[in-house]
Amino acid sequence: MTQKLNTVAKSIYEQQGREKNPRHSSNFQKKVDVFFHWLTALCAILMLVLMVAIFWQLVSHSWLAMQKFGFSFLTSQAWNPVTQEFGAASSIYGTLVSTGLALFLAIPSSLVIALFLVELAPPSVGKVVGYAIELLAAIPSIIYGMWGLFVFAPFMADHVQPVLGKYLGFLPLFQGPPMGIGMLTAGIILALMILPFITAVSRDIFQMVPPVVKESAYGLGSTTYEVTKKVTVNYGLQGLLGAAFLGLGRAIGETMAVTFVIGNDHAISASLFSAGNSIASTLANEFAEASEPLYLSSLMKLGLVLFVITILIQILAQLWLKRVGKRMGGGL
Amino acid sequence: MAEEGRQENGRWPVIVRSALPRKLADFSIKVISSLSALLGIAILAWILFEVIKRGSAALNWSFFLHLPTPPNIEGGGLANAILGTSMITLLATLAGVPIGLLAGVYLAEFGQNTRLGSVVRFTSNVMMGIPSIIVGLFVYTLLVLPLHHFSGYAGAVSLAIIMLPIVARTTEDMLRLVPNSLRESALALGAPRWKATLGVVFRAAKTGLITGVLLAIARVSGETAPLLFTSLNSPFWPKSLSQPTANLTVTIFNYAMSPYSKWQEMAWGASLLIMVAVLALTVVARFVFKEAKK
Repeated sequence: MTQKLNTVAKSIYEQQGREKNPRHSSNFQKKVDVFFHWLTALCAILMLVLMVAIFWQLVSHSWLAMQKFGFSFLTSQAWNPVTQEFGAASSIYGTLVSTGLALFLAIPSSLVIALFLVELAPPSVGKVVGYAIELLAAIPSIIYGMWGLFVFAPFMADHVQPVLGKYLGFLPLFQGPPMGIGMLTAGIILALMILPFITAVSRDIFQMVPPVVKESAYGLGSTTYEVTKKVTVNYGLQGLLGAAFLGLGRAIGETMAVTFVIGNDHAISASLFSAGNSIASTLANEFAEASEPLYLSSLMKLGLVLFVITILIQILAQLWLKRVGKRMGGGL
Repeated sequence: MAEEGRQENGRWPVIVRSALPRKLADFSIKVISSLSALLGIAILAWILFEVIKRGSAALNWSFFLHLPTPPNIEGGGLANAILGTSMITLLATLAGVPIGLLAGVYLAEFGQNTRLGSVVRFTSNVMMGIPSIIVGLFVYTLLVLPLHHFSGYAGAVSLAIIMLPIVARTTEDMLRLVPNSLRESALALGAPRWKATLGVVFRAAKTGLITGVLLAIARVSGETAPLLFTSLNSPFWPKSLSQPTANLTVTIFNYAMSPYSKWQEMAWGASLLIMVAVLALTVVARFVFKEAKK
């Protein structure tokens, strides 16, 4: 049948004299199609190549530091470019503390804001507020950094930290002079940056809960809070966990906003008021000045640590969301 | 067993609990969540207000037309950085968008159910989460270290790498929305696959693709970390991208960290410029998409 159709088509082509133009021959078009297929595949493969290349470059350039310090790099607190002693402990500690603080602040507040957007606000208000929060997510991190350094840090030093020190000063967390910049301010700025993101995902998840499930709970006499706590959150718990994971992934590698306000001190201190550093802030501050091979290599190794941590978080989050997406019957 | 709780007349006791505590809890949560939303808006307004107030004080003609001056000398501007940022972003877009579009075509048209397709899809999702400073490190080892000098090209390459997965994934999502009947009609008319994709499917998904590209540009035009050790910064006009190239974001970082109030003021001006550009791109992208939905 197809054979016959082909011959008919060919005869029509020949009648029109189009076969003479080689660009219209089906053979030529087939070749272009194969080329097109391979071209797109090549572009897709380029991303795989890039990922492997990033890992490879980081490993090979941190080789010197690996030979010199080994795994004690991760636990050593030393950071002295003069004596060429390098350890990542304070940077890793600062990264974990600032990120933990950000998640601690951002997760509950984004949940209640999502609750407001989905359940409480009239649709028009919810739309406007949702839009504003999405804009908050689009603002580049360096703007948060500027605002954090020149506006928010003085505000913290004048109004927030003295109060915290006065009433919660018995805790080691809130001791020390109120300098404004430091771990606490960095954590709050980070929280502000990931808040819109987690809010947007949580809102989508809240909206995915079938209305009939919520209505049944309301029909039994539940209040809005009870419906949210026992029905909506339970229903979307796995998705919310994924959202928190993605927020974590964002916060942990955030560079500029943190660099502006964390104080950039290679020190581990119990107090959230004191200056510290994170992996990203150390890289941003010191990389361009590092001239000795070992210094550069140690910074590369810091980058490798950050890369491995974020890759692991991202892979876990993606696998998790894939599973949840299948179960809930909709992509996130 | 169940008889234990019954009353003598055989009925179950009716327990009346006050609904007040539940209502109070409900009310307080409602207040808290409304206040949190309000706080979110207030902080956005605070950031916008401060950037506009302090930034507009620094903006004048000389800001847009002149080279930077040493600290404490009046006048001067960031014209070179404005030009440099535009050049780097443009070059990154020219490199990143076509490759990202083609990769997205592969994911949506050829590699839906193939193993390579799912691996690439997973990789690009992971790649979107890589900190941008790591991309900066990578390009540094690739282009700066072997060539022994910082360059605008290196900056553009790192921005392009950041754009790549974003464009690829949005392209895939947008192409997936195009109904299969369109593809089949085009192929049935004898169009080759590449023509059906670029001429028919792309046209159907046009607005979605534009939105994706605009959002990707918005995302990279505010990036600082990947430029810190690739294009670096420079007080001169960007004569060639093979040299360290002035750009707004690194200038903001350098000036903000400096002790000179004049430079800090300039940093605010640059911040306002970047923020307006990024927000405008974002709003336009969303508007385009909304119009298309209608």
